[in-house]
Amino acid sequence: MQMTTVPLYRAAHGRTGDKGNRANISVIAWKPELWDLLVEQVTESAVAALFASRRPTSVRRYLLPQMHAMNFVLDGVLDGGVNSSLNLDTHGKNLSYLLLELAIAVPKPLEALLVGNNDEAVDEP
Amino acid sequence: MDTSPHSRSTANGTDEVLYVGGAAGFSGDRTDATGPVVDALINAAGPAVLIFETLAERTLALAQLAKRQDPSKGYEPLLDDLLEPVLARCLAHGIRIVSNFGAANPEGAARRILAMAAEQGLRKPRVAVVLGDDLLADDKAEWSDRLSGRHVVSANAYLGAEAIADALRDGADVVVCGRVADPSLVLGPALAHFGWSLTDWDRLAGATMAGHLLECGAQVCGGYYADPGFKDVPNLANVGFPIAEIYADGSCVIGKPNGTGGIVDAHCVKEQLLYEIHDPQAYLTPDVVADIGTAIVTDLGSNRVRLAGVRGHARPDELKVNICYENGWLAEGEISYAGARAEARARLAADILRGRLSGLGPLRVDLIGVFSVFGDDSGSALSQRQPGHGRDVRLRVALSHQDQAAAERLTREVTALYTCGPAGGGGVRTSLRPRLGLESCTVARDRVRMRHIFIEQ
Repeated sequence: MQMTTVPLYRAAHGRTGDKGNRANISVIAWKPELWDLLVEQVTESAVAALFASRRPTSVRRYLLPQMHAMNFVLDGVLDGGVNSSLNLDTHGKNLSYLLLELAIAVPKPLEALLVGNNDEAVDEP
Repeated sequence: MDTSPHSRSTANGTDEVLYVGGAAGFSGDRTDATGPVVDALINAAGPAVLIFETLAERTLALAQLAKRQDPSKGYEPLLDDLLEPVLARCLAHGIRIVSNFGAANPEGAARRILAMAAEQGLRKPRVAVVLGDDLLADDKAEWSDRLSGRHVVSANAYLGAEAIADALRDGADVVVCGRVADPSLVLGPALAHFGWSLTDWDRLAGATMAGHLLECGAQVCGGYYADPGFKDVPNLANVGFPIAEIYADGSCVIGKPNGTGGIVDAHCVKEQLLYEIHDPQAYLTPDVVADIGTAIVTDLGSNRVRLAGVRGHARPDELKVNICYENGWLAEGEISYAGARAEARARLAADILRGRLSGLGPLRVDLIGVFSVFGDDSGSALSQRQPGHGRDVRLRVALSHQDQAAAERLTREVTALYTCGPAGGGGVRTSLRPRLGLESCTVARDRVRMRHIFIEQ
């Protein structure tokens, strides 16, 4: 089947929370029909690879199929957390937007369910 | 269960629902959002409670430091701004107030509320304080020993909903807490209203998750949600704060006051439901282990969303404790470079600072406008990026050090870039602030003497 590669933020949205040196990031499908491909492609190993420079000590995914939502728990990714990180964003509030940049492949028939389009990132004059 | 002479009528079957307004999500939240919430609670004409959640993890340590300076302080600094506009209406309409704005000095906050009521010519409210969370008050030495001699600032156990419920049953108009688990601010009133058993785990878990949805204020009403073109939120400048209708079966409906901005839909509620959750089947509070593994979020339209099907399991045996300690200094400095070769000049400035500050420990480098918050403290992500041609770059550097004078060297070196650094740098800002460290542990329940008392003056 013909597939289109898109950033995850076209298929899902999410929010980061923090506790100590642990971040959790929700990934919530925009449409129920997109849920299965998220389960297939937004995996622990894909997310661990995306966060490699943050050196997570563990990446755990929890599925909530009745909500078409999943929750990632990433340990060790906040440089010690809000009290010791030197990051401007000590909470890691922005990290949901790093996860939502994950590239996913969407079958052509589901493309119409995606939000936005593929070129909003191209902003240069 | 409502025994206060000033409580609302529970005729017309309204005892089947308890209205809880969430008027603040952290210390520093908007203070003008409370008015519309109180108006909506009055219009609902049922039993109602207003909660303010104002204690993040470090807020209590900052409050302890304020109390050291002035023993009458140490409670929420914005207490007057939060309460003054609504206290009269809450007392007149029997809307109980429950909050952790007592911080490090619940008795001080209670006295201020009594004085506020007197200043406004109101009847004297019955103000209860919940005590027992402050473990330093009992035994400071023990908690310092646990952190091998560090200067401990605060050690607080997360209390649950029981003492709040007891205080409300005893007729409190206002319940002032220090550290309690945030969702307990909602579960406490629900326990007092519905008379649930303390082992009715499913209902306790349902009201706990209602509390979880309310505890961050506007975050469940479209605050912290908007993303233009993807998640459009109307009138965010006037975002409404949430109101939960809690039902006798433990389910709830989240809404917001009419006429306010924001959005309450299933997507927004799901984001907040999972906010700061780890295992969704084991959300630990002092009152219950909540389980949303089979919970259902239903969009009812008109900015109303139902949460049902939350399950509960027996509460943890121990209580969580947060210990804050003095942890050196954080130094930060910034300078801007714009125009041709701006990124190259900013990178040169960073190299100069790395050399000048070597030996002080890791130096965090950000190129704001090119690459910053996604980077890590070790700089590995930044070092993997090829230098580019950024034309408007703000260099930011940061380090922490136990010694104030050592940390201060960073601020001086960034300032010296004015004359000793690359061409065209401008707009230096520096800051030097003490840091607080945080450790968590647990403590046996019988070590914590949770109780409530009424403050008379």
